[in-house]
Amino acid sequence: MSRLAVRKTYKLFIGGKFPRSESGRSYLVQDANVALASRKDVRDAVLAARAAVKGWSGTTAYNRGQILYRAAEMLEGRRDQFVALGEPEAEVDAAIDRWVWYAGWSDKIAQVYGNANPVAGPYFNISSPEPTGVVGVVAPPESPLLGLVSVVAPAIVTGNTVVVLAAEGRPLAAVTLAEVLATSDLPGGVVNILTGKVAETAPWLAAHMDVNGLDLTGVHEAALATSLEEAAAENLKRVVRPAVGSVDWSADPGIGRMTAFLETKTVWHPKGV
Amino acid sequence: MFEYAPAPESRSIVDIKPSYGLFVNGQWIDGEVRNKTVNPANEEVLAEVAWATESEVDGAVRAARAAYDDVWSKMPGRERAKYLFRIARIIQERARELAVLESLDNGKPIRESRDVDVPLVAAHFFYYAGWADKLGYAGFGPSPRPVGVAGQVIPWNFPLLMLAWKIAPALAAGNTVVLKPAETTPLTALVFAEICQEAELPPGVVNIVTGAGETGHALVSHAGVDKVAFTGSTDVGRAIARAVAGTRKKLTLELGGKAANIVFDDAPIDQAVEGIVNGIFFNQGHVCCAGSRLLIQESVYDEVLASLKRRMALLRVGDPLDKNTDIGAINSAAQLERIRTLSDIGASEGAARWSPPCELPDRGFWFAPTIFTGVTQAHRIAREEIFGPVLSVLTFRTPAEAVEKANNTPYGLSAGVWTDKGSRILWMADRLRAGVVWANTFNKFDPTSPFGGYKESGYGREGGRHGLEAYLDV
Repeated sequence: MSRLAVRKTYKLFIGGKFPRSESGRSYLVQDANVALASRKDVRDAVLAARAAVKGWSGTTAYNRGQILYRAAEMLEGRRDQFVALGEPEAEVDAAIDRWVWYAGWSDKIAQVYGNANPVAGPYFNISSPEPTGVVGVVAPPESPLLGLVSVVAPAIVTGNTVVVLAAEGRPLAAVTLAEVLATSDLPGGVVNILTGKVAETAPWLAAHMDVNGLDLTGVHEAALATSLEEAAAENLKRVVRPAVGSVDWSADPGIGRMTAFLETKTVWHPKGV
Repeated sequence: MFEYAPAPESRSIVDIKPSYGLFVNGQWIDGEVRNKTVNPANEEVLAEVAWATESEVDGAVRAARAAYDDVWSKMPGRERAKYLFRIARIIQERARELAVLESLDNGKPIRESRDVDVPLVAAHFFYYAGWADKLGYAGFGPSPRPVGVAGQVIPWNFPLLMLAWKIAPALAAGNTVVLKPAETTPLTALVFAEICQEAELPPGVVNIVTGAGETGHALVSHAGVDKVAFTGSTDVGRAIARAVAGTRKKLTLELGGKAANIVFDDAPIDQAVEGIVNGIFFNQGHVCCAGSRLLIQESVYDEVLASLKRRMALLRVGDPLDKNTDIGAINSAAQLERIRTLSDIGASEGAARWSPPCELPDRGFWFAPTIFTGVTQAHRIAREEIFGPVLSVLTFRTPAEAVEKANNTPYGLSAGVWTDKGSRILWMADRLRAGVVWANTFNKFDPTSPFGGYKESGYGREGGRHGLEAYLDV
């Protein structure tokens, strides 16, 4: 008699833990019953992300880079698992490489994006980037792993924490990425991943007053994107709008995705004796 | 207090026309609706000014588009640079005229318009002129592209300086602009239009449409505008963010603030008091980054407060054109009303109000420098932007408490720290959620230095290399 496989229950990823949706709901997708996140799950995830901001943004850039690289190691180790979920091998490899690429940015972005300013007066004056805080992300549905990595890594490498709404139609790569992150050294709450109906959960995320940034890259429905952006205006969230046309996720991403969720702090101090 | 003889600046250098039209495509056109701009120091009508209608805004945007497509975006950076250098030079040449006109229209002391506003305006054009042919070195990729037509709406507190902050980087990056000055302070923008003519700037590169909120709305929601830049209140900023939702318009917002100015017990008290005064009474407190919440460490509270009151009693309130004047007129009757209302609320909520003895002129809009003590974080005067010469005083015991209180606001534009201890300054600067941190100084500005807010103080930076990003397709 052949062995009966042990099936996995696909759950949410909040605060480093894997809870079911508090609503008890799930939906059938990719031959699995995947958790269907609710408004309360969104709030719990934002709470976890907020709680993680202080520690994560306070971590040294060197350490953040180490932790991101560690996540890439874990991703490499689970390469076959993603392939088994139907992710093209080239995309899995690109996702691993992308993660490594961003890991290396942690201690360079401040050097590239910050600078000393030669003001006309006896002042020390320096501008340096700082994280915005909690960023809500709608992952691109067309590229469940590479797209997801390409929006999550730039947001967190600079010290932000994120609440991600996974691709609705292909969420298993996101849940599997959660397992990767849970077994890396990433502190709980830095990345929170919710599966479910984007049209249902995204408005709660966009309107949440404790979310500071919103990445709408994965919203391809124009009316929904507009309403989310309008909701984001309430507390002046920094918004990355949906891409024009289809995104070439294999192309060099540039630094724009990192700077979109960075503030610039300029400090002045007199010089004198 | 010494009696000073009056030392008024002559207004003869300024030739104010009875009526101004709109500046579109390098020409003056008559607008239909008329508004009067008054001198807030004596309520004298200075000039009639057009309020641009939707179709007039449309005409300005079309002119900007044509100038962008046909001339400005094709012009080599080094040529754009030369136009900007020309503008900077003409501003310096006409500095006295601009300073007097700014003080007449805005009510700010000539000492500030002459020594702060106008020199900074020229400096901004000089600074960004030099970027026009070096954009590939600005850190946004080797060949950054301009965005297109920029619609810009600016406030009344620094009419000419805000114009410079908006127009200089936009033109340097290769964009063309339609700018709407505030309805109460349009005059220096209109002289700037003359300066563009004098510099022989190609028609349509800079267009000035005067008007109020409706004109601004028509501009930011115009489909032909690729980039919106706004400086003003957080409420209007929110409305603009909603209005551009779902479009491809790039948006930067420079909004309100409620800055904490934090004085530790080891601070040089006299210097700190100067900084406190400069932080809240500069420009009548009409400063979005004003240090309107003073946080004093308890152990030096009495000393700082006594010194502050002594210093405040020396502030001279009166004629903006008098060179001895420290505090000029409140910009408008409406703003005066807001300051009075919020101050009355401060008193009714239990804070103690104090102003030095000071005689205010009979005509015009005036408000004596005022401090409130016994303020708690729950008081409205500690939470809402007053935008006037009103300071709320709170106390703290530990650095951690100072950080906690300073960050307890939806705003995040600026902050001040006064302490002799360098390591503490850096510790504080790390923790304050604000775009500009002034340590042992306050209200300093420079074209090379990025300025802008965290949280609900808006997004994007103006000034410096960072200020170019708003006007480039990056």
